[in-house]
Formats: sequence, structure tokens, C-alpha cells
Amino acid sequence: MTLSIGVKKSIDIALYLFLMLMGAVSIFITFAIVWVLLVDTVRFFTHPEGGGFPTSLIRFFTETQWTPTFYYKQIGIWPLVNGTFIIAFISMLISIPLGIVVAIYLSEYASWKVRETVKPWLDFLEAVPTVVYGYFALLFVTPILSKLLAPFGIYVEGMNALSPGIVIGIMILPYTASMIEDAFKGVPQYLREASYSLGASKLRTALFVVLPAAKSGVLSAYLLGFSRAIGETMVVAVAAGMYPQITANPLEPVQTITGYIVQVALGDLPFGSFEYLSIFAAGFMLFGITLILNSIAVYLKSKTVGY
Amino acid sequence: MRKRMLKSAVLSMGALALLSVPAKAQQIIRVDGSSTVYPLTEGVAEEFQKAKRGAVKVTVGISGTGGGFKKFCRGETDISNASRPILAREMEECRRNGVQYIELPVAYDGLAVVVNPRNNWATCMTVDQLKEVWKPESQGKRMMWSDLDPNWPRQEIKLCGPGSDSGTFDYFTEAIVGKAKSSRGDYLASEDDNVLVQFAQRERGALCYFGLAYVEENKGKVKAIQIRNPKTGQCVAPTYQTVQNGTYQPLSRPLFIYVNAKAVQERPEVREFVEFYLKNAGKIARQVGYIALPDRAYKMAEERFNKRVLGTVFGGEPEVGLTIDELLKREAKQ
Repeated sequence: MTLSIGVKKSIDIALYLFLMLMGAVSIFITFAIVWVLLVDTVRFFTHPEGGGFPTSLIRFFTETQWTPTFYYKQIGIWPLVNGTFIIAFISMLISIPLGIVVAIYLSEYASWKVRETVKPWLDFLEAVPTVVYGYFALLFVTPILSKLLAPFGIYVEGMNALSPGIVIGIMILPYTASMIEDAFKGVPQYLREASYSLGASKLRTALFVVLPAAKSGVLSAYLLGFSRAIGETMVVAVAAGMYPQITANPLEPVQTITGYIVQVALGDLPFGSFEYLSIFAAGFMLFGITLILNSIAVYLKSKTVGY
Repeated sequence: MRKRMLKSAVLSMGALALLSVPAKAQQIIRVDGSSTVYPLTEGVAEEFQKAKRGAVKVTVGISGTGGGFKKFCRGETDISNASRPILAREMEECRRNGVQYIELPVAYDGLAVVVNPRNNWATCMTVDQLKEVWKPESQGKRMMWSDLDPNWPRQEIKLCGPGSDSGTFDYFTEAIVGKAKSSRGDYLASEDDNVLVQFAQRERGALCYFGLAYVEENKGKVKAIQIRNPKTGQCVAPTYQTVQNGTYQPLSRPLFIYVNAKAVQERPEVREFVEFYLKNAGKIARQVGYIALPDRAYKMAEERFNKRVLGTVFGGEPEVGLTIDELLKREAKQ
């Protein structure tokens, strides 16, 4: 069956419009989410219980306690930001070195066969529901930590930042490793061959030729991994505790922004109350942080391979 | 190959479509709200669906008391589970949307204060002692058991309890500190009662509070202590019996369902479900770890339902230490 040119053209145009609409929908949804966040954040900051605008905004950035769900309300966001970053940093301490090592192995050393068997397993790690990781951190990692540190006279709290930090580090490893591996794959083969012909070993080539060439891809992989660690929810909700505090000690309980949102969203607080609206202000803060990080990552990724 | 794939895709879609079409139009009763009341309502719903042979479907969500009222006051649900009375804000919301409701107590929940099983010193505590530990002014203080009673050892008190968003937290702080939501924040908080049980089991100086049902389930792992009733001065252990006869005070509370009045008028299946609920709540409460109300209380609740008494008896304020009889005699307001 053949179609006339005119019919083909109109099908083409119709398809083009349809696909454009589909693309627009995702953008529209993003904007809608930001809009919802923004509306309720504004409601939070203009709420009389917080002192109204601009008092509440000043309190948000100057107070050092976060207790909107208590009778004595303080709305300093820093304890939550502190908890969020402590856990994200710990997870990066795990996934930065491991991510590089795994990626170098997979892209430079592993035979095709090994790679094809290992990669699905890495993807499988990603498919584990995060709440499972949460209980893994709480019931498996935390007791091990307290046993390991007990001989040194260090007391590990039943909920702490270290254990979910480690587990999130393991959790985002496949994600960062496969992104770094992609960056390595983008490095042209002739660079490697040139390095080998000068007598460099495999390891030397990987570390001093491939890695610098894929620098921006690696950095953006880490930044996106960091964003994921910051946005991780269930693991911290289960294993990090619910005590927002400003501390640098990873053995103490903390609360992250996402952990707080989960806690309040599933709780018994009346909808539309000041306590309830506080999750939107916290969420907006999180949105701002991840937006900045992702923008940097995208910018780095857009830079071409170079020296 | 392509053809075969297409065929199987079409077949499986057809099968799905067949599965999703019910044999006949089902009536659906939508319930949402407190996760504390959930096991009870779910138990009743299962029995009811069995009795109705699947003609009526009851869906029970767990959005929390607050989240449940939000949906209820928008008219999205027929019944709302609540572990606390409806609050002023929520009453306003319901009024604005013209949603009228009948408030019915369905069971008791007791809060237990628990310690580690190796804790051989604390058997009975007073409300004042608990307040000393939990009040917000104690935030950041390392307290010893000996601070509460000189006869007790110098063992650090390790606190745990539910999160500050839960109805349990509201009720405990109201009953012990005297102001809802007024508490110290530096305790191990978790919504998962099993986590709290584990903590109490591990820490020698633990002092925790959570639902009585979990104490019953974990006998031997944790030790529930007696609370001195402020009115009578008696030390009372938290048991089903003491909760029911009103001597275990101030840490026992009634649980409620709120029923949309319009749904009751217009839909016989909702009316039937609520009647079924009040008839069977006592039996099922025992099965799911809550405490049944006295039989006369269910009778009074049924009367209240049959007369379609609208509104709440609490006036939008949380209250502590009410006996069920006092509660059912009160006038309701919208």
C-alpha cells in the first residue's frame, strides 16, 4: 500500500505535533510542581504563627533549632540542611573512590564477557527498593558499627548519620559508576593507543590519560550522585533518627529535609496548619539546593572532552 | 516473530481488561485516616465484606488522622479514622465544605511507658517524674535515674518514643507535660514501634512510650511500668482491664471514627457498615490489640448514631483523662 506524498506529509506533521505535545507535558509538570511548592511556601512564610513575612523568613535563616511540630516553635532550617549534608558527604566518601575504581575496572580492564555479566548485577542494586536499604542500615549496619567501635570506647547511638550515609553511598554506587564508565567510553580509543605505544601500563593509561580526558563527565557524575544522596528519602527516614540538630558528629541522630517531609506527610497533623506547611518551605529549600547542583553538573557535562 | 509478539500483547491486554471489569457494579465505601485505628477498621471491613459476599467494597487508607480529615472534609471519604478528636481547624474546613459528621468512639488505645527488662528499680512512676524527664526545659540534659528517685541507680536515662507528628505524641505530651506537643526533642524517635521495642530491649537505661498493643506483643522483651493515677494515688499497671475500667489514667485514650452524615442518609451500605462496626468493634478490637469499650458504651454509641447526633463533643480541643461515660453523655457541637 502506498501513500501519496500529501498524506505522508500530513502524517509527518501530525506526528511532530504529537511528540512536541508529549515533550511539553513533562516540562509543564515540572513547572506545576514548582508552582505548588511555591504557593505553599509563600503560605508558610505569611502564616501568623511564624510571625508573618518577613519575620518568618529571617527566622528561617537565623534560628538554630527546627521544631515547627512542637509547642515552642522554632523554624531555623539549618539543622535539617546540616543533617542532609552530613549524610550526603558520608555517602560521597564511599561512592567517590569506589565509583572510580569500579568504572576503571569495567571500562579498561574487564573483558567483554565479565562486563556483560557484572553490569546487570549493578543495575539490580539500583532496583532494590530504598526502604529495604533503610532497614538494612538500621538493623544490619548500625549494630555492626556499634560492635566495631565499642572497643575504642565510642558509643554509637541507635539512630545515627553514619549508617544511612554508608548505605546510601553503596546505593548510589551503581549509578555513579555507570555514569563514569560512560564518560570513559567517550574517550577516543586513539588516546589509549598512543599511551600504550609510549610504553605506559594499563593502570597508568587509565589514571593519567583516560581519567583527565573524561574529567568533566566524572565530575558531573559525582554531582548528580550527590544530588541523589541529598534527595534520598526512605533510607534516612528509617535509619537516621528524627532529631534535627546542628552537629558534625556522624554518630549522633540527625534529620534530613526529606526525612522531615516524610515524617510530617505521614503523620497526624491537620492539613493546612503551620506545622503542615513547614514541609513545603523545607522542600523548597531542598529544591533550591538540588537545582544549583544539577545546573553545575549539566554545565560540566556540556563541556567537551579536553585537557 | 513480530506477529506473535503482537498477538500475545493483544491477548494479555484483553485478559487484563477482563480482570478489571467486575462481575457487577460494586458499591465502594471509602475510609481513610489514622494508622492507629487502621487495624481495627480493616478488621471490621474484612468481616463486613465477607458478610456482604463482596457486594460492597471497603477501602481503608492510612494518611494519618490529619491527612484523613483533610480528605474527609473535602467530602472525598465516607468515614475517617481518628486517634484524636477533630480539631478546630478541621471543623472549620468541614463547615466550609458543608460536610456534617457523626463522631463515634469505637475502642480504647492505651499508652504504655516501658523500660528495659534488666531495669529492676523502676516499678511505678508518677506523672511528675515523667514530666521532669520529658518537659521541653530538659532538652539537652543528660539525666540519671537517680535524679528522679535517690533510691535508683546512677544510670543514664535513654529516651525513645514516636515522632512529633503522631497522635500518640500529642496525647502523651498533653497527658504528661500538660500541653499538647510540648516535649523535648532529643530522644530517639521512630514511627516504627518495632524500632522502639528494639531500643528499649538494648539500652539498660531506656525509658520509652508507645501503644499498649506493642507491649502485649513483646512481652518479655520490654517491661511496662505502672503509672500512679493522679486522682486516686494508686499505682496502676497498663492492662486491657485497667484501661477499660478507667483506672489506668492519664495514658489511655478513646479512638474514633467520623462518619459523613450525608453518606449515611443517602447510602444504605454506609449505614449498614457503621452499624456492623459498632456491633463488632469490641470483638475485633481484642483481636488487633486494642481494648474494647464497655458494652454499654457501644449501646450508647449506637443510639447516638441512630439519632444522627451531628458534631463533636470536644469543641476542637484535645482532652485527657475522660472516661467513656462522660464522653458519651456530652452534648455535641458542630
